[in-house]
Amino acid sequence: MTTTSEQKLSQWLQDDAPTSSRQAVAGNIYRGVRAIVSNPAALAGLIIVAMLILLAILAPQLARGISPIEQNLSNRLHVPDAAHWFGTDELGRDIYARTLYGARVTIAMVVLVSVIVGPIGLAVGTLAGFLGGWIDALLMRITDIFLAFPGLVLALAFAAALGPGIENAVIAISLTAWPPYARIARAETVTIAKSDYIAAAKMLGASTWRILFKHIVPLCLSSVIVRLTLDMAGIILTAAGLGFLGLGAQPPTAEWGAMVSAGREVILDQWWVATIPGIAIFVVSLGFNLLGDGLRDVFDPKSS
Amino acid sequence: MARLLVQRVGAFFASLALTFVGLTAITFLISRLTKIDPVLAIVGDKASKAIYDKTYIALGLDKPLIVQYAAYLRKLISGDFGTSVLTSRPVLSDLLHVFPATFELATIATIVGVLIGVPAGVLAAARKDQWPDHVVRVLCLFGYSIPVFWLGLVGLFFFYGKLGWVSGTGRLDIAFDDIVTARTGILLIDSAISGEWEIFRNAFSHLILPAGILAYFSLAYIARMTRSFMIDQLGQEYIIAARIKGRTYWGAVWKHAFPNIMVPLITVIGLSYASLLEGAVLTETVFAWPGLGQYITRALFNSDMNAVLGGTVLVGAVFIGVNLFCDFLYKIFDPRLRST
Repeated sequence: MTTTSEQKLSQWLQDDAPTSSRQAVAGNIYRGVRAIVSNPAALAGLIIVAMLILLAILAPQLARGISPIEQNLSNRLHVPDAAHWFGTDELGRDIYARTLYGARVTIAMVVLVSVIVGPIGLAVGTLAGFLGGWIDALLMRITDIFLAFPGLVLALAFAAALGPGIENAVIAISLTAWPPYARIARAETVTIAKSDYIAAAKMLGASTWRILFKHIVPLCLSSVIVRLTLDMAGIILTAAGLGFLGLGAQPPTAEWGAMVSAGREVILDQWWVATIPGIAIFVVSLGFNLLGDGLRDVFDPKSS
Repeated sequence: MARLLVQRVGAFFASLALTFVGLTAITFLISRLTKIDPVLAIVGDKASKAIYDKTYIALGLDKPLIVQYAAYLRKLISGDFGTSVLTSRPVLSDLLHVFPATFELATIATIVGVLIGVPAGVLAAARKDQWPDHVVRVLCLFGYSIPVFWLGLVGLFFFYGKLGWVSGTGRLDIAFDDIVTARTGILLIDSAISGEWEIFRNAFSHLILPAGILAYFSLAYIARMTRSFMIDQLGQEYIIAARIKGRTYWGAVWKHAFPNIMVPLITVIGLSYASLLEGAVLTETVFAWPGLGQYITRALFNSDMNAVLGGTVLVGAVFIGVNLFCDFLYKIFDPRLRST
């Protein structure tokens, strides 16, 4: 009984001629998930990212009730042991708990940057590509100027100008991260805009905005999302870099980059203070890189 | 023909000039947005109101932004970068002082990155999905995922702290400071010219770790791009034709496919070199390397606007210079670009 209904479901999902748009979307998701799961590297990435999210959500439980910001100066720079799995830092705070809570900051920053950068890139790119002419030239010239800057120096400049803090770090990273998305969206828009169905939509009297939002943006979306996943590791590294320089989350908030920076002075004697949050950054960006590569192979086999 | 050339060169320089103006405009805006008061940075917070106001007007801060920017550009074109608040020296001489340090680091890192990265990428593509490919891909993946500042610290911990194979932070041990006359500012060359081999060795042992770490990151990028360009080319029909003609496999790879990836490869190497020349901020911070990245960062934190703007101009100049150089190289490596 269950096998037949399962068979039916998988048939419905893999139908070459879906009868509703819902079926088409479900089928696409099904095929994508199957492709990712069958790719070991992508699966590993997916698992790491899922773990990160889980750790962030369950941080209070997993930290066994230890506060990430509670100081204990009599127990500072303690070696990792049963009570403090990853040791303690220069203020006697538990590094295990801080690493767990740091996952929250990392996720928050990645999500916020993605939510800001994607739409900005899409808007600039599709407008430039579709409207063409002097608007195109102007927008792309601005994009080029931003691309000419070394990313971190520009992010640094914005972060320093806006003042340190998570929100400002997010704004700073976003301001430097959008140009590639504008480039991608523009390239896609230029090809799409030439196609017959856009001409058909125009003849039917669709307005520019309707064509942009209903016909062009949805088609650019997948490449922007793939690129975003690929960039997330870079975003994490930039965020950690800003944190390391003291421009990210402010104390006492646990943030991995700032934690590495705190361990800098004692690296020769108390290696764990800087090493452990660094490994966390490394594993998480590795996870996003693996997942991004997998997604690109699935959605854009040409460029792999 | 000549008119076409003039047009192309003109368009190129116009776009460069625009990039330049854009870069300085953005930095200028950022520097005026900072919450740190530029006047206080100069006169200090104990200065009287009168002195404060005088400095405020002397700096031209009472004028509209666009006027300030125009005045700044005018000064810039005449070669006046202003004075750094932090070092009380002309920004230009500061920049000339810090840039060789970055140049030394970036150049060695890029040379190593190219020498290892390009063959590694070619090998990975030629042996796609076999173990050399897997090794190269994992190495590249790590290079994309490791935080550079952390790798620097761990490197210092092992190679300096534990093993004692290299020297610590900075460019030289303090005992060796200011012995060699700076001719080029590049310590390896300066010490070699004056025959101070002990200083040469010391400078080298300071340089090797940060340069090695930057080389690894540029290698990861170069190898990854080389691999994907090469896979594209090896799938083309002319490779099969060359093989049928009797070329060996590696002959086809190096003599037929490789020349075809030169142009995109030069772009990639140029980009990577430019990004290192523009100041590897984090690496320079970790290793206390007195280069451009550290200079700009320190200036930013201290609201030293002349220094920040001057640094940005240098960044823009580097970007333009590397672009020009790549354009020149394209013409050498791609015969199709020579005729026009």
